[in-house]
This record gives sequence, C-alpha cells and structure tokens, in this order.
Amino acid sequence: MGIKVLSPQARSTVFTYAIVVVAFVAVTVLDGMGFISHSLSGQLVPICAYVCLAVSLNLVVGVSGELSLGHAGFMSVGAFTGVVVAGCLTQAGIESELLLFVISAVVGALAAGIIGFLVGIPVMRLRGDYLAIVTLAFGEIIKNLLNNFYVGVDAAGLHFSMKDSSSLGMTQGTILINGPKGAVGIDKISTFVIGVVLVLITVAVVLNLMHSRDGRAIMAVRDNRIAAESVGINVTKYRLMAFTVASALAGAAGVLYAMNYSTITPSQFDFNQSILILVYVVLGGMGNIWGSIISAAFLTVLPELLRPINDYRMLLYAVVLILVMVVPHLKIYQRVTEAVRSRLAHKKPAVATEGGEGDE
Amino acid sequence: MSRFSDFAKARREGVKMVPVPSVSIMPERDLGRAPALECLHLGIDFGGLKAVDDFNITVGRTEICGLIGPNGAGKTTVFNLLTKVYQPTRGTIMVDGHDTAGLDPARVNRLGVARTFQNIRLFSSLTVEENVAVGLHNQHHCGMATSILRLPHHWKSERWYHERALELLDIFDMTGLASHEAGSLPYGAQRRLEIVRALATNPKLLLLDEPAAGMNPSETAELMENIVKIRDTFGIAIMLIEHDMNLVMNICEGICVLNFGKIIAKGTPEEIQQNETVVEAYLGKRKEVEA
Repeated sequence: MGIKVLSPQARSTVFTYAIVVVAFVAVTVLDGMGFISHSLSGQLVPICAYVCLAVSLNLVVGVSGELSLGHAGFMSVGAFTGVVVAGCLTQAGIESELLLFVISAVVGALAAGIIGFLVGIPVMRLRGDYLAIVTLAFGEIIKNLLNNFYVGVDAAGLHFSMKDSSSLGMTQGTILINGPKGAVGIDKISTFVIGVVLVLITVAVVLNLMHSRDGRAIMAVRDNRIAAESVGINVTKYRLMAFTVASALAGAAGVLYAMNYSTITPSQFDFNQSILILVYVVLGGMGNIWGSIISAAFLTVLPELLRPINDYRMLLYAVVLILVMVVPHLKIYQRVTEAVRSRLAHKKPAVATEGGEGDE
Repeated sequence: MSRFSDFAKARREGVKMVPVPSVSIMPERDLGRAPALECLHLGIDFGGLKAVDDFNITVGRTEICGLIGPNGAGKTTVFNLLTKVYQPTRGTIMVDGHDTAGLDPARVNRLGVARTFQNIRLFSSLTVEENVAVGLHNQHHCGMATSILRLPHHWKSERWYHERALELLDIFDMTGLASHEAGSLPYGAQRRLEIVRALATNPKLLLLDEPAAGMNPSETAELMENIVKIRDTFGIAIMLIEHDMNLVMNICEGICVLNFGKIIAKGTPEEIQQNETVVEAYLGKRKEVEA
C-alpha cells in the first residue's frame, strides 16, 4: 500500500501538492519561532503570486507548447479589475476582507480570461516565433491601454475616462485607477494563507486539466499537430482553451499581487515581468508543475537572501541562473543523478519492473 | 511461393470483384451500400506540377484496397488529399456518400477517415494508453469544467477511456505496454500503435501508409493477419500504400497503380501482376531489358 501502488503521474501530483503544503507549514512554524526576517515575510504573498503565475504560464508554454511573452499583461488585467471591484464593494459597504478578496479574485480572473480569449482568437492562428512576438505585442498594448485608464467610484456609481482624472466629473468619492500613476490606496487584504490557497487552487486547476480528456488533447497538439488533427482534434480549440485558462489564472494571481501593495502602476506589468515569469517556467522545466513552484519561490527569495552582499546581489543572481541552466548538462552531474536513480530503483524493484511484459 | 499463398487463396475464395459505374471495381458483397470512398477526377497542382491528376477510385465498405506505384508516384499525396492535409485543386472526394469539400482534417476524421503516417507521428511524450485515449477523444464527451472540478462524470469517463483503450490495444497484444511512453517503444510497436490510435477514432475507412516499412518478414506476416482481422472485426474499408508486394498481392482485393500522379492500372491482384504497363513502370520497358 502507500505510494508504491500509485502511477508515476499520480505520484508526481501528490508530490506537487505536498511541496506546497510542506512549504506552508514550514514557513508558518518558522515564522512563529521568529526565524523569518521582516523583509522575507513581506515577500511571502508575492512569492505565492509568482508561483501562481509560473504554474499558469507553464500551462501555455510547457503543456500546450506555445511560447507566450505577454503573461504580465493578463496579470495586470486581473490586478486592475480586482482593484476596481474591491473599490466598488467597499463603497457598497462590504466589510469582510475575505469576501472582498474572493469576489475581486473571481471577477479579476473572469476579466483576464475574457481578454485572454479575445486575444487568443487572432493569436492562435499563429505558430512558434510569430506567436511569441504577437503575445509580446498584446502584453504591451494592454499595459499602454491601462496607462490611459481613469476609473473612479462615488455614491452615483462607476466613472470612467480615457483622458484624465478631472474628466471623470467627480466631486467626491475615490479615484481607483489614475492613469500612469496606477491604483493608489489599495486595501492590503492579501495574506499568506490566502496566497497559499490560491496556489493550491491554481495547481489543482492546471493538474486536473492536464490529466483529463481535454488535457490529453492539449498535449497531443503540442506533441504532433498533424497527428492530432488526423484523429479529429480541433487544434485551435484546445490551444485557445489552454491560453484562456492560463490567462484567467494569471488574472487571479494579479489580484493577489495587487492586494498586497498600497500602490500598483501599469508600468510594473511590462515585458520584463513577462520574461521573469518565463524564466521561472524554463528553470523549473517545461510541463513540470512542481518545478515551476520551486523555481518561482526560490528565484523570488534569492535577491532578498543576497541582500547582505548588496553590491554583488544581481551578479550572483545571474550566476545562479546560468548555473541552473548549465549544470544539468554536465557529464558529472548526469552520472551522479544516474547513480542515485539506479540506487533508488534497486530499492523498489516492484516499481521498476512493473508493466515490462511487452512483446518486443 | 511462401506460407502466405494458402492463406491468401483461402482469403480470396468467395470474393468476387464486380465493375461499378465510375470505371472501378469493388467486392460484390459491398454493392448496394454507399462506398466507403469515392474519388472523382481528384487532382492537385504544386505550382505547375500536376502531382496528382484525374484520380478516380471507388472503395467498397469492407474492401482492402492497395495503392502502389514507384517512388514519387504521388501515393502519399493521395492520402494527404483524402485527409485534407492538402486541399485538392480539382475533383471531389465522397466519404460514405458525403462530400468532403471544404472540410478540415479534423472534420474529415469525424466523418470516418483515419490514417497512419509514413514517418511515424505519435504523441511521443504521452503514454501508449494516452495515445489511444486521444484517438478515442470524439467517442466520449467530458467537459472542461467537469474535469477541473473532478465531478463523478469525469471519473466515469476516465474509466471508459481506460477500458476502451486496453480493449483496442489488445488487438495487437499491446496491453502490457500501456503505461510506457510512446516515444520509447521499438519501431514495430510504434507502427502498430499508430494503427490502434487510428482505429480508436471509429473510422469507416482506414488509410495505412506503408504499414510494413521496416518490419522483418515474421512481423510483416503478423501484420497481414492483423489487417485482415481488423477489417473482419470492425467491418471497415482499408486502403494501404505498401512497397512489400507480398503483402499487397496477398491481402488486397482491389489494387490501384499510380505513376507520375496518374492511375495507370486498376484491378485484382492477378490482373495487376499480368499488366504490361505496371511491369513497365516498375522495371522499365521489356525491349530494353532484353536488348
């Protein structure tokens, strides 16, 4: 009984959830004992947000096999929608922070999902490099549009303008989004617990989708588009499905991210941010969900850990990135992992020989 | 000749090929039902080159039909036309009495045409079972939300996919390989898996592109029996491209010979073996050989 009877797929799923839960428990315990520094505890919610973003981008890049460079754009759609929703609800007199967050996150995810779907319709006609460039462009378009958004709320309802804040025509109430200055005076309602729950939800959505009828179709399209078509798979539909779901999850992560700061500006969600998320996915391994979780958490914490050697911080960060990419290709590393793996295989012969009665 | 001759003779007893209107032949037993495939004046041009021209063929509902010809004759191009990987320049393709004009490859498959590829195209990072389950995709439905929320219907349909996939893999005795990664299988097993995946789409017409390529004689013999078994079990039409004449002459009921994109001969295996033009296309002109 136990983990031995599980298929490799189920084992990796259990492992993925276990990482999140163990990390949560460890951090909570360490925090209670006072081992977590103030700067690190301030990073906990952004770490959760980046883990969500990396996992959702992995759905597009790893599982569906499309290189998307506009993920920060969908994150910002979620973030700003969430801010507006939270502002309206506060105006309407809702006090519960949890309720506020849940509604904002759901609406933010829906908005990002809808934008993702609309962007996906033209983008999914393209492949490879072209797709990457167009997603990059859409990310920038979303950022520049948000730079010109002015949204305010007062007793009369929502006010919207694309000129400037004075043309909102409001005498009282609050300005929620103020063009390039972004959203100010956000209630900081994101907590580490909410973040971990969102990570678990994101992981569950991605893993459940991967290991289902639709997930198989998405991976089939990635592996061989022509063969997928030949067995009756609607290629565009499944590429679009992965893209839309990933956008919606990025939107929810954006809400989590925004609700952790009192101010966010559209320029935060630029091309560099998209690349950063992509780096997490590539380092964690394409299609490898727990890899994305670990690499996103590690690389978000790393600059903070290196703060004592402030002058060389970014240099070391770059060196670590390069090492992570290069080391797995070194002969010595491969030999060591092989040795470890064969040792493990000897320990559990039942698993190693299972299903090996093929006729070849 | 070989051990296949008796097998072939027994197989061909009781099969009578009769002419049908579109200058073609099909087994007598298939008359009275819409043919699995009917092509009329099918053609495609690549620039100025007529890669396939005036291709007419009728394949009966349970016929095994061979498509042969020298290298570069346009055989695979015909398959790509039938599955709409290429859009034909001229002519019509009728599958089970339905015109396929304007359909994309996925829709043609849903109409009942499944195929294998000359250069194997498996979903190599998925397991053998998952490959077949992708083939079963349109046979059973389970929505995205149901799967994400893991509702009871999801588990029920996963069980359905699992059982059905193993059933199909059993045709080729491949159930033991179900959990293996498709890309790691030996060559022969990959070819067989492609056939199983194509069968999983519940086709009316199965197109096999060089199914015996790279197989040794005993594997080929097994394949021949399996092709016939598939036809008998599923009652479908099979059209195959093959260079192994032993296989073609033994199991095909009607044969169509292609050279330079045009049909040069059609008929039963016996007729094709006697046909002067075919011998010429394969071996060159007799005069030159003797001289």
